[in-house]
Amino acid sequence: MQVENQFGKIKTVSEAMEYIKDGMTLMIAGFGGIGSSCTLINEIIKKNVRDLTIISIDAGDPDVGPDHIIQNEQAKKLITSHIGATPTTGQLMNAGKLEVEFCPQGTLAERIRAGGVGLGGILTDVGVGTLVEEGKQKIEIGGTTYLLETALRADIAICYAKKADAFGNLVYDKTARGLNPLMAMAADITIVDAEEIVPVGAIDPEDVITPGAFVDIIVHGGGKWKWGWQ
Amino acid sequence: MGMAIKEKMAKRAAEEIKNGDIVNLGFGIPQKAIQYIPEEKTVFFHAENGVLGAGPPPEKGKEDENLVDAGCVPITAVPGASYFDSANSFAIVRSGKLDITIMGGLEVSEKGDLANWIVPGAIVPGMGGAMDLAKKTKNVIIIMTHTDKKGNPKIKKECSLPLTAPRCVSMIITDLAVIGVEERGLVLKEIFDTTTVEEVKEKTGADLIVDEPVKVISYE
Repeated sequence: MQVENQFGKIKTVSEAMEYIKDGMTLMIAGFGGIGSSCTLINEIIKKNVRDLTIISIDAGDPDVGPDHIIQNEQAKKLITSHIGATPTTGQLMNAGKLEVEFCPQGTLAERIRAGGVGLGGILTDVGVGTLVEEGKQKIEIGGTTYLLETALRADIAICYAKKADAFGNLVYDKTARGLNPLMAMAADITIVDAEEIVPVGAIDPEDVITPGAFVDIIVHGGGKWKWGWQ
Repeated sequence: MGMAIKEKMAKRAAEEIKNGDIVNLGFGIPQKAIQYIPEEKTVFFHAENGVLGAGPPPEKGKEDENLVDAGCVPITAVPGASYFDSANSFAIVRSGKLDITIMGGLEVSEKGDLANWIVPGAIVPGMGGAMDLAKKTKNVIIIMTHTDKKGNPKIKKECSLPLTAPRCVSMIITDLAVIGVEERGLVLKEIFDTTTVEEVKEKTGADLIVDEPVKVISYE
């Protein structure tokens, strides 16, 4: 199908990669690598950009998702909820080569969402009475103590969608949704790797999960991960 | 040889699940509870990666790489299932819509404090969704061995490991007993037929209130 690129958002993978530079903060969507862009992650490794701050729900599975980039020692900091599936991440953390900020998973999602919807942070009681509260402001409302958790934003979000139209309206696929719609809102430049790119009008407005206003660059990577269960 | 103790623990946990419940199961033994839920009960399993209504694994060769549980294992979706992003997934958790969370534990205190996310200097996997789930689920059931590998009690007056959430546990199912966490303290409710009340008390690092008569669980 011929897709008219009337908004100029559809680019090649190498054009998209020009935006990713040393020292940037990257949000990388995906849960254990599911719902992450295999192509863009591999290109980030090839380009070997350094000193990255990575925000992701987990470090991925070994050789799947952000783990690749972390193994290659391209990240100086990781903000995440879980690194248990990837031994390398823990080793780099223990060796002092990677700073890891742990955040409860639901709180991490809301911090990213807050960054995406123009808020400065959120109040949550998850983490009160644990190590998570250290150094955070506490606010009492209606007899409940909440932690002030600050919003997160990134220079670039790396997202994955089942389908994108030329304006960047996105449709996801089952559990490959995850943090994608939240990260797509929370970055200065959102790059989406779509399995299929269709003309505007080809997606029913009722089916759109992420409005195209949040999407800057659309690529078709075509890369496929090799999963642990395969 | 009868049913393995891990299976018995999972089966006992499954008995807590009622028809219509929304349930999140942690990795390991909690996951085994699925197979002990009778067919006449309809239960919606929540997987924090973004599905309510997680179903059994598909046949080999029919896996969908975009349909997995929170352990990244391929699943199916039951009729009535829904998919959502991570914010909505934890909205379900924080708003108290989960009836039961069943997860593993490293330590539980007599007040129901839970430690299960970090052993400083040794195991630092991160909390994942455990803090959200433990803090906000109505009924938090912990499945764990009664003692650690050295024989030290895992049920203690105070947790020595960093907490996942304070005062969140409602029930502990161990390889020896079922213990309720109540206002009056830890209450020994049931024991497996392989142990005695005395042994359970001896291996527990906190005071146990014994609700006589203690039910003895015998599974064939």
